[in-house]
Amino acid sequence: MAEAKFDEMDHYKQAELMKFDFRPPPTGWMDTPTDFRPGSWIYPGKAKHLEYLDLPNPREWAVTDEDWQLPKNWKEIVLEGMRERLSRYRTFKIFMDICVRCGACADKCHFFIGGGDPKNMPVMRAELLRSIYRKDFTALGKVFGKLAGGRELTVDVIKEWFYYFFQCTECRRCSVFCPYGIDTAEITIIGRELLGLLGLYVNWVIEPVANCFRTGNHLGIQPHGLKDTLEFFAEDIEDSTGIKVDIPLNKKGAEVLFVTPSGDFLADPGTYTCMGYMALFHEIGLDYTWSTYASEGGNFGLFTSHETIKRLNAKIYAEAKRLGVKWILGGECGHMWRVLNQYMDTMNGPPDFLEVPKSPLTGTVFDNARSTKMVHIMEFTADLIRHGKLKLDPSRNDHIKVTFHDSCNPARAMGILEEPRYVLKNVCNNFYEMPPNTIREQTFCCGGGAGLGTDENMEMRLRGGLPRGNAVRYVQDKFGVNELACMCAIDRATLTTVCDYWAPPVRVTGIHELVSNALQMKGAKDREVNFRLEEIEHWKQKAAPAGRKEGSSDV
Amino acid sequence: MATVELGGSSVDIDEDGFIQQPDKWNEGVATDLAKTEGVDDLTEAHWKVVNYLREYYIEFGVAPMIRKLCKSTGFKLNKIYELFPSGPAKGACKVAGLPKPTGCV
Repeated sequence: MAEAKFDEMDHYKQAELMKFDFRPPPTGWMDTPTDFRPGSWIYPGKAKHLEYLDLPNPREWAVTDEDWQLPKNWKEIVLEGMRERLSRYRTFKIFMDICVRCGACADKCHFFIGGGDPKNMPVMRAELLRSIYRKDFTALGKVFGKLAGGRELTVDVIKEWFYYFFQCTECRRCSVFCPYGIDTAEITIIGRELLGLLGLYVNWVIEPVANCFRTGNHLGIQPHGLKDTLEFFAEDIEDSTGIKVDIPLNKKGAEVLFVTPSGDFLADPGTYTCMGYMALFHEIGLDYTWSTYASEGGNFGLFTSHETIKRLNAKIYAEAKRLGVKWILGGECGHMWRVLNQYMDTMNGPPDFLEVPKSPLTGTVFDNARSTKMVHIMEFTADLIRHGKLKLDPSRNDHIKVTFHDSCNPARAMGILEEPRYVLKNVCNNFYEMPPNTIREQTFCCGGGAGLGTDENMEMRLRGGLPRGNAVRYVQDKFGVNELACMCAIDRATLTTVCDYWAPPVRVTGIHELVSNALQMKGAKDREVNFRLEEIEHWKQKAAPAGRKEGSSDV
Repeated sequence: MATVELGGSSVDIDEDGFIQQPDKWNEGVATDLAKTEGVDDLTEAHWKVVNYLREYYIEFGVAPMIRKLCKSTGFKLNKIYELFPSGPAKGACKVAGLPKPTGCV
């Protein structure tokens, strides 16, 4: 067999990866050059995508090139960009000024824990930008330069920014521990915006953005493709349950528009979660619709710039207006909820043409979504269960011992902590929590969020995934956990690799896949297979006629 | 981005070796791309996978989900890995001249 390449998990030996050296290098941080080793950075954005989005300086270039083909006046562009953002974003200005370097954040970053690179301490990553701020925007720095923590903006600084601002998943775990509440994700977002002014994007982010702008989703699925995909899911649901579910597409006047990440239309295991939504909506008779235009919950604009967030988020609301729905239901997506909960209102809102969401099944009014008009599916399903609207048999999941990974954004940017646990406890008998400092607000990132989940970044993904993988390994060893549930498409895609590497053979599932196992659908046949079309032994025994039951004494 | 000789014509490829001009794809290009994947002979089974991916791509403009590929060709996932050691996305799709899927995948 051919030797594994740097973009493959097997290339990395655990013993090698875990040789951390947390001692700082002998040279000062300003004099330590960036080590662009394969496996630790992401391919640049392709020119055609930048052109499509009207972004500056489209060209073909490589990170390993000496010359990154920056515009001639690159320095002026960056400094002017900083000046503009310092006046526009009060948070940015405060975060540049307020840090006292107490170090509370230092050991909270999964990349620092799993790699030991001092520039992955959140304080240090911010300092890469702050040093330029000091030099060019503070009186002290202008006079005293390096003595006041300032440094000259050079091409090497830009390269260093590119490396480290794409080694931050914007997960905000460090912010939980910062006594001043500095939101390091916002610093990374600004850092990436400044890089963007020079045409420095990564392709894993900018291609999805271009696709989304063109077709309505990150993957570039066109209307007939989405129809074909959902029909394929419906066939498998029928094979599993005997029930034919409807696929309402672009249905004008539907009560609810449903939006979920497009990863669920392509990548396993997200596909099974998507089937879970379809089965649930069929069972409760929800008057809903999919949209082939707003066919993406995720928003890779968040990993690009404020302007791009706004451009992509707008389509969900434009479609809600066009279809004339009352409110919007959002699927198991991660960063979409940061956009919705923290940016939507002032960017594209308020959407006064929609109604305050109210569950047609229970009458519950979702007051928390009064402003955005968009409800998280975990709130919706938890409410259905609370009101006894679902017939559930948790023993159907008895072959699974499950733990729950809080996805960074729903947990820290929205506070959805109880609902997923409530749903899980109602659909599974065997639920085990990971250690307290790795869940809820303190949850560890999957290591692949914010556009870092691509294979050429494999070394950093495995390093960043170590704290989460280690916690999974703990519950695996202690309780025999064999599945990790999560509610984010990036999680479903990247935690698969993290678990395969750090805690095999734990597999990854979405919560609505587990809901679909437990859901007793009206008119369903005796199910023997799940939505993965795997035969489940204890389901088969129940489905078999009484006389043939294993251990039956009267045969 | 680099330009290489595939199937007797010059084609642009990206860092992972995926072709950038889908209209330049032909069987000769596929045969040469397969060699970069360590597949020296494209058998009937290989072509079944490649042709299905090709047809799907021409109709829908994207790669199909892996389950659909398996169901439509009748090959289980491990069989696809036997045919294309880098797997359905990085191996089979590359040979079929499809772009690499991006996003939350």
